[in-house]
Amino acid sequence: MSANQETRGNGDGIPHVLAHSPKDNVAVAVVEGLGANTQAFGVITEDNSTFEVFVKSDIPIGHKVALVDLKTGDTLIKYGQDVGRIVADIAKGEHVHVHNAKTKRW
Amino acid sequence: MSENITINGESPTNPFAGSAPDQLVTPALSAERASSDYANATIMGWRRENGRVGVRNHVVILPLDDLSNAACEAVANNVKGTLALPHAYGRLQFGEDLEIHFRTLIGIGSNPNVAAVIVIGIEDQWTNRVVQGIAKTGKPVVGFGIEGHGDIATIAKASYQAKRFLQWATELQREECPITDLWISTKCGESDTTTGLSSCPTVGNMYDKLIPHGIYGVFGETSEITGAEHLCKERAASPEIADKWYKMWKSYQDDVIEAYKTDDLSDSQPTKGNIAGGLTTIEEKALGNLEKIGHECTYIDALEPAEAPAKGPGLYFMDTSSAAAECVTLMAAAGYVVHTFPTGQGNVIGNPIVPVIKISGNPRTIRTMGDHIDVDVSGVLRRDMTIPQAGDALIDMIVRTANGRLTAAESLGHREFVMTKLYRSA
Repeated sequence: MSANQETRGNGDGIPHVLAHSPKDNVAVAVVEGLGANTQAFGVITEDNSTFEVFVKSDIPIGHKVALVDLKTGDTLIKYGQDVGRIVADIAKGEHVHVHNAKTKRW
Repeated sequence: MSENITINGESPTNPFAGSAPDQLVTPALSAERASSDYANATIMGWRRENGRVGVRNHVVILPLDDLSNAACEAVANNVKGTLALPHAYGRLQFGEDLEIHFRTLIGIGSNPNVAAVIVIGIEDQWTNRVVQGIAKTGKPVVGFGIEGHGDIATIAKASYQAKRFLQWATELQREECPITDLWISTKCGESDTTTGLSSCPTVGNMYDKLIPHGIYGVFGETSEITGAEHLCKERAASPEIADKWYKMWKSYQDDVIEAYKTDDLSDSQPTKGNIAGGLTTIEEKALGNLEKIGHECTYIDALEPAEAPAKGPGLYFMDTSSAAAECVTLMAAAGYVVHTFPTGQGNVIGNPIVPVIKISGNPRTIRTMGDHIDVDVSGVLRRDMTIPQAGDALIDMIVRTANGRLTAAESLGHREFVMTKLYRSA
C-alpha cells in the first residue's frame, strides 16, 4: 500500500504516520512511499486523536518525522518518554534519525 | 545477473527480489473467535512423566561438547526422525560459565517438547552429569562416552538406543490439555518502530489475557531494557524482585557493556537492521521492547540464564543477551515450550525444539518476507485491527502451533541452537 499524497490518509482513514503519546515530538511513517511535500494524516495511538503534519522530507516506512521544530540539545520524546538527544537542528516535517539524534546512554 | 533463469519458459525480472506473489501469511481474524474463552481453551499436547506438557515430540541426540557433534550427527543420520543439536562449546569451561553450560544442556533435554534423549560426550563423567540431570524428569535418557571406544563404536551403540527411543516416542499420543499448561516465552528481533506499535503490544495483550489464567511467561534481553529500566523496575511484583531485577540490569551495564565497549554501541545496539527500520536509539528500542509484557501483569521473579522458574505460574524476567538465538535457547532450556517472536525488519530465527511464532506488523516485511511470518498484524498500523484483536490472532496461532501446525521457522529448517558463553575457557 502506498500513501495517496492527494488526500488525507488515503481518504479512508488509514494514517500516514502514528505517534504513541500526545507528548511525543516525533511520529512514525507507517506507509511505504511517504514523500516530501505531503500533508500527512496522523493518529496518536494512546488516545485516538488525529493530527496533520506537512512532511518536508521523504520518510521511509518506520522512520520518524518531526512534529515540531527541534533544536540541538533538545530531548527526543517518543512513547511520552525521553529516548535521546537532538544533535542537529530539525525543522517540523523533516526526517529524524541517526544523522540528527543520538542516545543519551552508553 | 550473468545467468538467465527461466520458469515455465518465462524469465522473471528478478527472482531474488523477494516479492513472491503468493505469500501465505495468517490473515487477521474477526473479533468473534472460539478461543476468546481463554480460561477453557485447550490444546493437544504430550503430558510428560513429570506432568509438564510438551507440544513437540523430539528424540534429541545431545552433544556434551563440540568434540561430540560429529558422533551425534551420525546417529541422527542413522536414525531418521531423531534430532542432533550440535553446538560450539563444552571444553575447559569453569565457574558460572560452566554452570550455565550444564544448566542449558540439562534444561534442553528436560524440556517437555523432548520425549527422550541420547547424550554423547568425549568422556563419561560430565556426560553422566547431563544424563543424571535430565533423568530427574523421569524421561528416558542414556549417555555414551567416546574415549576408549572411538566414534564408530559409540555411534553404533547410540544408534541402536536412539532407534528404540524413537519407536517408543512415536507411539506416544497427544492428549487434550488446558492452554494454561503452556509455558510461553517471548523475545523480539530485527525490531523497528513498527514492533513497538504493533507486534510487541500484540504479545503483551496475549500475556495480559493468558497469564491471569495460569500460564508461565518470560521476557529477557537485559541490555535492551536500557532506556526503559525505570518502567521495567515498576513492573516487578514486589520491591524485593524489583531490586533483584535492577541488580541484574546494572550488572549487565557495568560488567558487560561498560567493561568491553569501544563506542556508544551505535554499530551493535541498535543493530544495523534496527536503524534501517527507523529505530534511532537504544532508549527508543527498549520502550518498544517492553511493550511485550503488556500492561497488567507483573513479573514474579528474575531468573538467571536458563534457570527454570520455580515460583509457580506467572510472568518471569530472565537475564539474557539480546541476541535472538542465545536468548531463545536459554528460554527453551528453562522449560518454555512455545516462543512468540515479534519482528519488524524480518528476523528469520528458529529453535530446534521450540516452535518460534513470528509476528510482524510491518507491511513491507509482510510483502517481501511473508514466508517467515506466522501472524500478520499490519492491520494495527492501518487502524483496521485493534491490539486486542491482534492478541486474539496470536492466541489462535499459539493454539494451532501447539496442536501441531509447523511454524514458518520450523518449515524452513531454522534450528538455531546457541550456547551462552560468559568468558574464555581455561
